[in-house]
Amino acid sequence: MIALRPAYLIPVVGFLLLAAIFARNLYIVGIEGRQASDLPSVLVDKPAPQFSLPPISGDGKGFTRADLGGEPSLVNVWASWCPPCRIEHPVLMQLARQGVTIWGINYKDKAADAQAFLDELGDPFKAIGADRTGRTAIDWGVYGYPETFVVDAEGRVRYRHVGPIRSEDLKNKIMPLLRKLAK
Amino acid sequence: MTVPRPAIWLLALALVLSPAAWAVEPGEMLKDPVLESRARVISKVLRCLVCQNQSIDDSNATLARDLRVLVRERLTAGDSDDQVVGFIVDRYGDFVLLDPPFKASTWLLWLGPGLLFAAGIGSTVVWFRRRRGVVETRRPLDADEERRLAALLDDGGDRNA
Repeated sequence: MIALRPAYLIPVVGFLLLAAIFARNLYIVGIEGRQASDLPSVLVDKPAPQFSLPPISGDGKGFTRADLGGEPSLVNVWASWCPPCRIEHPVLMQLARQGVTIWGINYKDKAADAQAFLDELGDPFKAIGADRTGRTAIDWGVYGYPETFVVDAEGRVRYRHVGPIRSEDLKNKIMPLLRKLAK
Repeated sequence: MTVPRPAIWLLALALVLSPAAWAVEPGEMLKDPVLESRARVISKVLRCLVCQNQSIDDSNATLARDLRVLVRERLTAGDSDDQVVGFIVDRYGDFVLLDPPFKASTWLLWLGPGLLFAAGIGSTVVWFRRRRGVVETRRPLDADEERRLAALLDDGGDRNA
């Protein structure tokens, strides 16, 4: 029999190392609550972009850049046609009950559908702007729905969350950050 | 069954020209052919963030379509190609570029394959050097060993048994 020299173990160790890296990236969702495909936002630590959106229906003021600042808040990009938004909605309702200010950007939605969604599940938003063309969402670098931004009292974006907010995300990221910003 | 050649060519042509093969819709295209061709070139270097491994020129995702329209709007407004790409990068970051720039955060991405290749070549060279060392340490048989070898070779009867 050939005696195994340590050198023969190098490919095995290399294989195990690669397998571990791939497994980590595959199952990172379970570990850190984010996906390897989640992208960092270029807006983080920069002022929120300029925008001025009309309300879902009727005239008057919807949601504009000037609303941001003064206190930490959340900006949530949602649509009635987006199933994960429906899953996320109870979390937003709970946050609103706790006194967190949440602004809504209603992405490429029909006024009647958006209103029906809010009538059914509740309205956690302080104000909602209707982004009918999707251009404001592009200015925010949005690529998946829902997305939620944490904005500080100076109107700077501090965090971006892609996908529905889960209770772990609240506990580990969003609530600690909001508490820190409120000081 | 044999299919006449022209039929195959016609089928190929039909497949290539079929609308499904192109993500860019006729309504999106600019009338100015120069601007439109610039838009096509720019769209090919921008990643669709929904599909992540397609360019916005290839993707049928709504966001890809919106970005294609945005690229054409910026071009029509008089932006240079670099300004258009910069406009999108300002919103989506370097990840939106299918060909990422070389910088502090991407050096491993760019140099990684070269480093792996160098490591492979290096270890192969070391391996061959060592093997040559083994060969060179071989010495001729001494007198005693020659005798034993001759005895073994003479013992033909047993070997063929």
